[in-house]
Amino acid sequence: MSDVLIAITVLWGFIFIYSVMATMDFGAGFWSLVYINKEKTNATNIANRYLSPTWEVTNVFIVAIVVALFSFFPGATFTLGTVLLIPGSIILLLLAVRSGFLVFSHIAEEYRKPLTYISGVTGFLIPGLLILVLPVTHGNYIEVRNGVEQLLFGELLTSYHAWSFIGFAISSTLFLSSLLLADFSNHADEEEAYKIYRRDALLLGPATLLMAFLVMFTMRYEAAWMYQGMMEQLPYLLASAFAFLLAGLFLYLPLGKRKLGWPRLAVIVIVLQYLLASYAYGRAHLPYLVYPTVTIEDGFTNPDAFRALFVSYIFGFAILFPGFIYFWKLFMKDKRYAKQQKSGYSK
Amino acid sequence: MDHLETARAMFGTTMAFHIIFATLGVGIPLMVLFAELFYQKTKDRDFAVMANRWTKGFAVLLGVAIPSGTIAGVQLSLLWPGFMEVIGEVMALPFQIEIYAFFVEALFMSIYVYAADRISPWMRIVSLSLVALGAVASAILITNVHAFEGTPAGFRIENGEIVDVNPWEAFFNPAFFTTAGHVVVSAYTTGGFVIASIAAFKMMRQPVGSRLRRFHQKALLLGLIVGGIFSLLTALNGHESAQLLHEYQPEKLAAAEGLFETQDYAPLAIGGFTDRETEEVKWAIEIPWALSFLSGNRFDTVVQGLNDFPEKWWPPLYVHTLFNAMVGIGSLLILIAAGGLGWYKFIKKRPFPKPLMGLFIASGPLAVLAIEFGWIFACTGRQPWVIYRMMTTEDAVTGATQLGVLFPLFGFVYIVLGIAVILVLRFYFKKHPVQDEIDMQE
Ligand code: HDD
Ligand code: HEM
Ligand code: HEM
Repeated sequence: MSDVLIAITVLWGFIFIYSVMATMDFGAGFWSLVYINKEKTNATNIANRYLSPTWEVTNVFIVAIVVALFSFFPGATFTLGTVLLIPGSIILLLLAVRSGFLVFSHIAEEYRKPLTYISGVTGFLIPGLLILVLPVTHGNYIEVRNGVEQLLFGELLTSYHAWSFIGFAISSTLFLSSLLLADFSNHADEEEAYKIYRRDALLLGPATLLMAFLVMFTMRYEAAWMYQGMMEQLPYLLASAFAFLLAGLFLYLPLGKRKLGWPRLAVIVIVLQYLLASYAYGRAHLPYLVYPTVTIEDGFTNPDAFRALFVSYIFGFAILFPGFIYFWKLFMKDKRYAKQQKSGYSK
Repeated sequence: MDHLETARAMFGTTMAFHIIFATLGVGIPLMVLFAELFYQKTKDRDFAVMANRWTKGFAVLLGVAIPSGTIAGVQLSLLWPGFMEVIGEVMALPFQIEIYAFFVEALFMSIYVYAADRISPWMRIVSLSLVALGAVASAILITNVHAFEGTPAGFRIENGEIVDVNPWEAFFNPAFFTTAGHVVVSAYTTGGFVIASIAAFKMMRQPVGSRLRRFHQKALLLGLIVGGIFSLLTALNGHESAQLLHEYQPEKLAAAEGLFETQDYAPLAIGGFTDRETEEVKWAIEIPWALSFLSGNRFDTVVQGLNDFPEKWWPPLYVHTLFNAMVGIGSLLILIAAGGLGWYKFIKKRPFPKPLMGLFIASGPLAVLAIEFGWIFACTGRQPWVIYRMMTTEDAVTGATQLGVLFPLFGFVYIVLGIAVILVLRFYFKKHPVQDEIDMQE
C-alpha cells in the first residue's frame, strides 16, 4: 500500500471507530433521558453505567481525528478549516455543554433530572451536525469568494441531501445505542431493561435502513460522482445489507435456550455491517478529500513527517493496547460493574 | 474589531478559559498522589479523606477541562488554518503523541473513579500515577507547540513552500525543555496553592483546636510545602526562560522590560507602565545593572532595546506590566510559603495570625492569575508573529468571515460552564461535609 493510502486508511479507521463509539455514547445519553421516569426498569441506570466511564475515552477520538487529518493531510487544512468553521463551532459548543452537564448530572444528585435533560438533548443534536461534514466534502456547498472558499451554509441546510444524512445519523444513533444497551442489560441480567432496549432496536433498525436508502437516493441527484463510486462498490453494499438482516434475525429469533435473541451476536454483526458500508463509502470518496479541489495526493504531508508519525502510531497503540484491554475488562466484562446500583461518584 | 482581532480575541478567550481547568488538571492529581502516598506512609486516615475529596473535585474540573481543550484543539484548525498547515507538516508529532497521553489519562481516570472499589490499593496508586503522568505529558507536549512558535526549527520556507522538514529537530526546538519545564512547575505551584487556599478558608471557619481545623491544617501544610517547593523551581526556571528570550526573541525581552535603547549595564525596571512617547517605564523602581546580569549572568551583557527593531515588529508595550505581575506574584508566593512553613516550624504553639491566613487564602487565586498573565504575555509578546520571523498571525487567520456571531456564543457557553462548575462543586461539598467522611473512616 502506498504511504498516502495507509494515511487515509488510518484516518478513516479513526472516523469509523469514533462514529460507532460516539453514536453509542450520544444515544446512551438520550436513552437515559427518555427512561428517566421509569424508575423500576433500571433502563436509565444501565445507560448511565455504560456512559460514565466511556465518554472521556470516546471524546479523545474526536481529537485524534482532527490531529490525524491535519498531520497527514496538512494541504487540506486550509480548505476544511475554513468551510467547517460554522458547523464545527456549533458542534464544539454543543459538545462542551453536553460533556460538562453529563459530568454535573452525576455529581449533583438532586438536580440530576434537569442536568440530564440538558446533556441528553444537546448530545442528541450532535451526530446530526457531525455528519454534515460528509455532504460538505461532496462539494456542492462550497463557493470561492475573493479567492477564499466559503461554505454556503443556508444552501446546505435546505438541501435534501443534507437532511437525508441528518436523518440517517439520528436513526443510526438511536439504533446502535439501543442495540448495545440491549446487550449490556442482557449481560447484567436486567430482564426489564433488556426487553425495552431490544424493542427499541427492533423498531429503529428498519428506520435506519430506510434512511440509508434515502441517502443513496438523494446522492444520486446531488452528488452523482459519489453515487457512481458507491455503485462500483455494490458487492460491499449488498454484503452490508445482508449483515443487517442477519443482525435483525439474531436479535429477533428465539434461538436455543434463550427466548429473546442473541444480542451479543447482533452487536458484532452490526459493527461488521457498518464497517462494510463505510468501507464502500470511503472507497467511493477517493481520491477526493473535498470534491473537486482537494485530493489525498496533493494534501499529503512530506515523507519524513509521515514516517515519524507512522512510527509514533505503532508505538503509541502498542503501549496503549493493554490499557484498553484492562478498561474493557473492568467495565464491559465485569458483571459486578454492570450490576452495580449506584454510580462511582455518589459513594 | 476587525476580522483578525476578532479571531485573536476569540482564541485568546478560549485559551484563557481552558488554561484554568487544564492547569488544575495537572496540579491536582499530583496533590492527590501526595495525599495517597502520605496515607500509605503515615496511616493517618485524614490523608485518605483528602485524596478522596480532591479526586471528586478533580473529576468535576475534568468535565470542563476536556471539552474546553477539545474546543482549543479544533479551534486551532478552524481559526488559524494557515498556521496549522505548517504545524501539520512540521510539528505534528507533539499533537500526535499528546493523543496517547489523553488516552492514558482518560482510561485510568475512569478506572480510578469508577472501579476504585474493585481494584487493589496498589492498582489505585498505579492508576493515579498514570492519570498524573498523562496530564503532565499532555501539558508538556502542547507547550512544545507553543515553544516551537517562539523558536521555530526543523524547516525552512522557500517561495511560500515548506522545505527541508526535519520533524525531530522541530520537536526538540531550542525552547522546548525550558518552556515545558516552566509550564509544568507553574502548574504544580498552582495545584499546591489552590489547595492551600481552600484549606485556609475552611480553617478560618472552625474554632481553634477543633478536629476539623486540624484536618484542614494538614491540607494547608501539604499545599504550602508542594506550592513552596515548586514556586521556587518556577522562579529559577522562569529566569532561564527570560535568558532564552534574550537569546532568541530579544524584542520580546525588550518589551517585557520596557527597554528602548540597546545597552550594557542595563537597569531592571520593576513595576510601572511603559510609555511610548518618553521611551521609559513610568513609576518603576530601577535596579541598576540588574537586567544585564539577569540576561547573561554578567553586568556587561549587552541587552538589545526596542529601537533596534522596526516598530511594526514590536510587541504591545503593556506586556511589561503583565510580565512584572507574573514575576511579582511568583516572588510573593515563595514568601507566603516560606512565611507559613517558618511560622509553623518555629512558633508552632500559636495559630497562624489573621493576615497570614489572608495571604494563604489569596495565594491560590493569585497563582491562577499568574498563569493567565504568563500566557497572555507569552502569546501577545510574540505578536505580530504566529511563528517567530516565519509567519505572521495575519497570514494564518481563517478566510471565513462569520466570527462576529460565533465569538459571543463561545463567550456565553464559557460563562455558563464556569458558573455551573462552581455551583456543582459547592453543592457537592456542602452535601458531603468532611465531618461525614471522617466519621465514616473512624
Ligand atoms: C504560577 C504561575 C507562574 C509563575 C509564578 C511564574 N510564571 Fe512565568 N509563565 C507561566 C507561569 C508562571 C506560564 C503560564 O506557564 C508561561 C506562559 C507561557 C509559558 O511558556 O509559560 C510563563 C511564561 C514565562 C516567560 C515567557 C516565555 C516565552 O515567552 O516564551 C518568562 C520569561 C517567564 N515566564 C519568567 C518567569 C519568572 C522570571 C518568574 C519568577 C517568579 C515566573 N515566570 C513566574
Ligand atoms: C493556555 C494558555 C494560553 C493563553 C491564555 C493564550 C492566550 C492567547 C492570546 C491572548 C492570544 C491572542 C494574542 C494576541 O492577539 O495578542 C493567543 C494567540 C495564540 N496562541 Fe496562545 N495562549 C495560550 C496557550 C497557547 C498554546 C499552548 C499555544 C500553542 C499550541 C498557543 C498558540 C496560539 C496561537 C496559534 C495564537 C494565534 C495567533 C496569535 O495571535 O499569535 N497558545 N493566545
Ligand atoms: C493551544 C493549546 C492547547 C490545546 C490545543 C489543548 C488541547 C486539549 C484537548 C484537545 C484536551 C481534551 C483532551 C481529551 O479529549 O481528553 C485538553 C485537555 C487538557 N489540557 Fe489542553 N490544550 C492546550 C493547552 C494546554 C496547556 C498549556 C496545558 C497545561 C498547562 C494543558 C493541559 C491539559 C489538561 C491537563 C487537560 C485535561 C485532561 C486531559 O488531558 O484530558 N492544555 N487540551
